[in-house]
Amino acid sequence: MHSAFDPASPQARAIAHLWWWMFGVGASVWLIVVVAMFLALRGKRGERGPDDLSHASPELRTRLERTVKGALFVTVLILVGFLAFDFTVGRALAAAPTKMLTIELTGHQWWWEVQYADTNPSRRLVTANEMHVPVGRPVQFRFQSRDVIHSFWAPSLHGKRDLIPGYSSSLWFVADTPGVYRGQCAEFCGLQHAKMAFVIRAEPQADFDRWLEASAASPPPPSDSTAAYGQRVFMSAGCAVCHTIGGTQAQATVGPVLTHLKSRMTIAAGTLTNTRENLGRWVLNPQQIKPGTQMPPSPLSTVQLDALLAYLETLK
Amino acid sequence: MTNPHAALPADVTIAPDEIERESRALSTVWSDGSGLWAWLTTVDHKTVSKRLIVTAFLMFIAGGIEAALMRAQLSRPENTLIGPDRYSQLFTTHGTTMMFLFAVPIMTAMGLYFVPLMVGARSLAFPRLNAFGFWNYVVAVVFLYVSLFVNTAPDTGWFAYVPLSGPQYSPGHRVDVWAQVVTFTEISALTAAVNIIVTTFKMRAPGMSLNRIPIFVWAQLVVAFMIVFAMPAVATASTLMLATDRAVSMHWFNPAEGGDALLWQHVFWFFGHPEVYIIFLPALGMITPIIETFCRRKVFGYTPIVMANITTAFFAFGLWVHHMFATPIPELGQSLFTAASILIAIPTGVQIFCWLATMWASRPKLTVPMLFVLGFIFTFVNGGITGVMLASVAFDKQAHDTFFVVAHLHYVLLGGGVMPLLGAFYFWFPKFTGRVLSERLGKWHFWLFVIGVNVTFFPMHILGLQGMPRRVYTYLAPTGWGPLNLVATIGAVTIATSVLLFLVNAVMAMRRAPDAGPNPWGASGLEWAVASPPPNYNFLHAPVVESRHPLWDTTVDLPVLTGFRSDRREVLVTTTFDARPDSRHEAPKGSIWPLYLALCMGVLFIGSIFSPWFVPGGIALSLLGLAGWGWTGSKPTSHERVATPAAVPEHA
Repeated sequence: MHSAFDPASPQARAIAHLWWWMFGVGASVWLIVVVAMFLALRGKRGERGPDDLSHASPELRTRLERTVKGALFVTVLILVGFLAFDFTVGRALAAAPTKMLTIELTGHQWWWEVQYADTNPSRRLVTANEMHVPVGRPVQFRFQSRDVIHSFWAPSLHGKRDLIPGYSSSLWFVADTPGVYRGQCAEFCGLQHAKMAFVIRAEPQADFDRWLEASAASPPPPSDSTAAYGQRVFMSAGCAVCHTIGGTQAQATVGPVLTHLKSRMTIAAGTLTNTRENLGRWVLNPQQIKPGTQMPPSPLSTVQLDALLAYLETLK
Repeated sequence: MTNPHAALPADVTIAPDEIERESRALSTVWSDGSGLWAWLTTVDHKTVSKRLIVTAFLMFIAGGIEAALMRAQLSRPENTLIGPDRYSQLFTTHGTTMMFLFAVPIMTAMGLYFVPLMVGARSLAFPRLNAFGFWNYVVAVVFLYVSLFVNTAPDTGWFAYVPLSGPQYSPGHRVDVWAQVVTFTEISALTAAVNIIVTTFKMRAPGMSLNRIPIFVWAQLVVAFMIVFAMPAVATASTLMLATDRAVSMHWFNPAEGGDALLWQHVFWFFGHPEVYIIFLPALGMITPIIETFCRRKVFGYTPIVMANITTAFFAFGLWVHHMFATPIPELGQSLFTAASILIAIPTGVQIFCWLATMWASRPKLTVPMLFVLGFIFTFVNGGITGVMLASVAFDKQAHDTFFVVAHLHYVLLGGGVMPLLGAFYFWFPKFTGRVLSERLGKWHFWLFVIGVNVTFFPMHILGLQGMPRRVYTYLAPTGWGPLNLVATIGAVTIATSVLLFLVNAVMAMRRAPDAGPNPWGASGLEWAVASPPPNYNFLHAPVVESRHPLWDTTVDLPVLTGFRSDRREVLVTTTFDARPDSRHEAPKGSIWPLYLALCMGVLFIGSIFSPWFVPGGIALSLLGLAGWGWTGSKPTSHERVATPAAVPEHA
């Protein structure tokens, strides 16, 4: 779900509520003005003709003056009411609770680096482009950017927040409906701005805890020979230069972490569904799918690719 | 305020043969000659402004073609018609063209053409400066479009946010092109502003005190002051900061070196928001004379409308942070800008209510210019209301940087800027060319345009709230954004068709002989007192004004002031408040130096992309031009105090 019309948090719901009020009042104002315009056209309140340059009658003039002043008064009243409404919503959104789950998010051209904060550094979970959050618990995102300005936006959960180099920013919300919510970078950040999406999975606390526990462990080493060969391909064909896989020698942080790749719903920052076929296409030539992405093509033989995919599929 | 000339004898008339002799003498002395040299050196404000209007309209078409290409790419999900690199260049060139090369220049050009005619002057205050501004604009146009065709067009959006547009993330010359195109348009806008301010304050017809200035001229005056305060901000941002960051590593915006990435947004939007009103207020200024003419009523609430213009100009400088509500700016600071953004709706509301009241008291004649005014109300009010919505920080967090904003800004700029402008084209086309445009084709143009604009941009509100960010070259099918995008593309085709009809209409009109006469609509402004198209000297005799609607309120002939020399380009200088005759001034003749200096600016700023040495080089070349400019101007001795003026009616 990916729409400000389908809120799944009290925060997004407050904004949607504000929007529907504004829409109702705004549409009425528009309608009144347009109806007044058509009535002005239909009226026969004066003669038409080249010699008729006289002012309107004094009575009409007084009436018009009174109407214009009245319209102005109503406009001011609506605007002041709107201002008050907006400030109440703004205050509610700003009042952050304490004891929130903290997720640190770093924007990269063109993917999202995710870290779950933990006082124990060895338990800090690092992942990419997909976040799990517990339903009913406030989650705080802390943002930073390593390159250009990005903007974090999951419309069903909250409004957006910019990630600006040299600045730290944050956003918090409580997901109150379990579900899968899509989000996307909202600030133009270069060639693949359009394909810089992410997924937020809101699930019950117990499921979330289970996921967190599973994600903290490294995947088991490959058991069958194809996957073991695939791991060697990963280490030797250049993949390990950029990516990390927990429990192996691949510990680079240029690209997204791949430790639990198969547990994610999408690859290439929300661009492709995470199937074996798509993964193969992506590895062979990412430039065809996301022209300009930092990941180079990998000219692998069919055997190598099959083995690599077999290995990647073990990263659950 | 009393008219200083009201008591003067008005029984003297001017003999027809004297008029004949005088007009011949004047047209000789105000002529810039013919041939290529004259074409390059002319300083006639009408010739220069017409060129500016035509070029800016060509830019509207160019920007429209870019928009059509983008709409074609977005018509269905995962379309592969245009790749991300081309697409980035297209939306950046589209925005840059529409804002800097179409909207602002065409609005000021309308002022540069009409302000002298509407205030009864023979010329702009600084004709050569006007030509200089025009040639700078031409440099910008050529530079941007050459770069587009050699695949070097800017690609970081029309507001070029750093660090993306900085040296690290945008190597090459694409962003340099953007920064310098902006520089040329800044120069061009500033020259226009200075000209409009001085012309309005010092060259009005005797008797046209401040409270008798036509509303269009008021709007132009207010906007000229806005340009004077807004353009230096973008000059600082693009020329002083971004260009030096890129050319000589100044690190203004690099946080690693103590720079600030958010600073750019403040400086840019301090210009960028007033820019919207620089486009919008002149358009509003065009509406009043159209409504007055076709309702045959003096506008209801002259003073409130003028005050609304001035108030809007002040508020416009206090809104810029509403473009930055998603950045980490403290909430308390943001709320101030929310309040200001909401308040600016009030003066605009005042103007619309006054126009409705004017129409209410009359029986409007639904000509094409009038239809466009109605289209303006229908479309713009929608954009104004979404503007108030976007002032809310909470709501803006959802809508910011999405297609909702794209919808809003096009409703405001097409509804609030282009629709009045198109109406104004139909209204003043006879004045420019001596020919009236076809009403039948005009009505087709109007309906297709209004329907097209609404079909294109209304669905974008929904798309934005459904999660579609702006500046995406494609989107995935599961997002469900396909159908509404297709509707928007169909709307874009409708707009293109309507603009084509307008061009056909203009070409067909130009093939006829001029037959419009001085005042085909029976309008009230001074510009309608002269022939269509106006002679090079504008007014045979300086008109004397006794009301806000000189052609309506003068029952016999328009009173004029005589006694000026017809053997040199003499213009009348009047006092700022009451427009009493003050002195005479000799206007300069045609000159090559404006073109030469504009080319020097071209060498300086375009060269500076490649080497900083072009800056001192360009300055050295400019010194020669400045010397030539100063040498050939009018002499200070030609200022003479005007003796007792005599107001006499003219039989013409």
